[in-house]
Amino acid sequence: MSTNKKVMTTAQYRQDFAIIAGWLGFGSKVLDLGCGDGSLLSYLRDGLEIRGYGVEKDDANWIASLENDVNVIQMDLETGLSGFEDQSFDTVILSQTLQAMRNTEGIVQEMLRVGGEAIVTFPNFGYWRNRMQLIIGRMPVSKSLPHEWYNTPNVHLCTIHDFDALCEKHNITIIERKVITKGQDIQFLPNWFGDLAMYRLRK
Amino acid sequence: MSEINSIGVVTPKTAHFNEALTLKSGDILPEFDLIYETYGELNADKSNAVLICHALSGTHHVAGKHSSEDKHPGWWDNLIGPGKPLDTNKFFVIGLNNLGGCHGSSGPSSINQATGKPYGATFPIVTVEDWVNSQAMLADYLGVKQFAAVVGGSLGGMQALQWSIAYPERIQHALVIASSPNLTAQNMGFNEVARQAIMTDPEFYDGNYYEHNAIPRRGLRIARMLGHITYLSDDAMGEKFGRRIKDQIKYSFDVEFEVESYLRYQADKFADSFDANSYIRMTRALDYYDPALDFDGDLTKALAHVKAKFLVLSFTSDWRFSPERSKEIVKALLDNERTVSYAEVTAAHGHDAFLMEDAHYHAILRSYFNKIDFSKGEG
Repeated sequence: MSTNKKVMTTAQYRQDFAIIAGWLGFGSKVLDLGCGDGSLLSYLRDGLEIRGYGVEKDDANWIASLENDVNVIQMDLETGLSGFEDQSFDTVILSQTLQAMRNTEGIVQEMLRVGGEAIVTFPNFGYWRNRMQLIIGRMPVSKSLPHEWYNTPNVHLCTIHDFDALCEKHNITIIERKVITKGQDIQFLPNWFGDLAMYRLRK
Repeated sequence: MSEINSIGVVTPKTAHFNEALTLKSGDILPEFDLIYETYGELNADKSNAVLICHALSGTHHVAGKHSSEDKHPGWWDNLIGPGKPLDTNKFFVIGLNNLGGCHGSSGPSSINQATGKPYGATFPIVTVEDWVNSQAMLADYLGVKQFAAVVGGSLGGMQALQWSIAYPERIQHALVIASSPNLTAQNMGFNEVARQAIMTDPEFYDGNYYEHNAIPRRGLRIARMLGHITYLSDDAMGEKFGRRIKDQIKYSFDVEFEVESYLRYQADKFADSFDANSYIRMTRALDYYDPALDFDGDLTKALAHVKAKFLVLSFTSDWRFSPERSKEIVKALLDNERTVSYAEVTAAHGHDAFLMEDAHYHAILRSYFNKIDFSKGEG
């Protein structure tokens, strides 16, 4: 990855980092599922003094988290969150990982078993650029969905309306929802104009 | 690993303790010796010490060589040395032989000063708790008030865990590798078979074989063979030996297959170097360790007062100390909101993987040790 691209990616992440930070209380206890290199947790720790733990499956990311001074537990989210007690965290975060999971329904429920609140973010498949690519006849490839259909880790892509319906099915309350595109807050027709969907949930 | 990274030639030292040590069993050791080696330099404020706790058949000889011609370096030489993951340019590393051992610390084969004869069967049963207490005495002797880290694999990991429980103020980091908060029934079963092999050997003489100039070699050999099989995974044995034939099939009970040849070789090597009384005591220490026992089996409560930061590691193919057992330790630490990271290292070698030089495993340890900052005088 070129430095320029890295900086841009980081800048883009910062936007959703800031929104997530706004949904957390100072000093709260946070579990970040699929924590990657631990950059979200280290950002939250530095800014909000949260007590954080990350869960990460990938070896290289695990070491990167360790090097970011993040407590990181290596496990596969697909098997649920056994090992974490009921309501043992204030907030459980699943940032841009939902779409790559097989056990999608299970993990959302597990998050709200373990946490008082859950934060879920995912690329909105209903974003107009994705729809355009489908109309043209190709699977969408973009900055938020950078993979080709044959090598994508994403198996459960959804739109904002789809996720709303999942929450309704499981009686999950949406406390807040933010939809952003290139760092801009999208209020108008979010399922059309929103690139990244962010949900704050509770049971 | 090149010679440049080697500690070089090391000389063991012996610390003698005249203070009595009251053991968990209630028995008292009026005096004892601990043999140990050190690598690197203890810094001025004595904050860079790392204790290595050995497993079932380990020794104080953890790294380096005993002479320049020595073919076999210490048992964890791939980890410890200048520029290695546990860098002796930064840390002062201590390895010791535990009480009850047979490599220089007081044990069944050493002379009981009261009788002038080997202790033999009269040497008391020692536990992980007793070991950690004796290690704390060695730390005092060396002027180490707090360890930057206590590190151990398998039975050694139990000692690192016990350090965090018994001496929360004296340990900054606990590295618990391929270990468990107690043994499963299956695991204790293997230990019992090993002990029975030794104790029913006619040369055992109820543990007083020294005075009969005998060694229960048969028992020791069988115990070691059994152990060896369980420390490896089925896949690792398959890859190492498969069904390969040693020479040609003779339709006999001689060595026909490679695997038999290997086990017999390992068994002979072990019977020449290890004391049977020590072996049965080491397995007993494994059996007895169960810090949750005093807390109605609740490990979370047992770890309520630990202060150390933890790194817990397991290996995917380790069926004797499986990842699930390590996760129990992790869960208890999470319940107590302790600082803990856990990795499950993908490895084919079974329990023995913790001794091997795997790139990812060593990268984890290198990162972890690099991050340890003893300059702040934490705790």
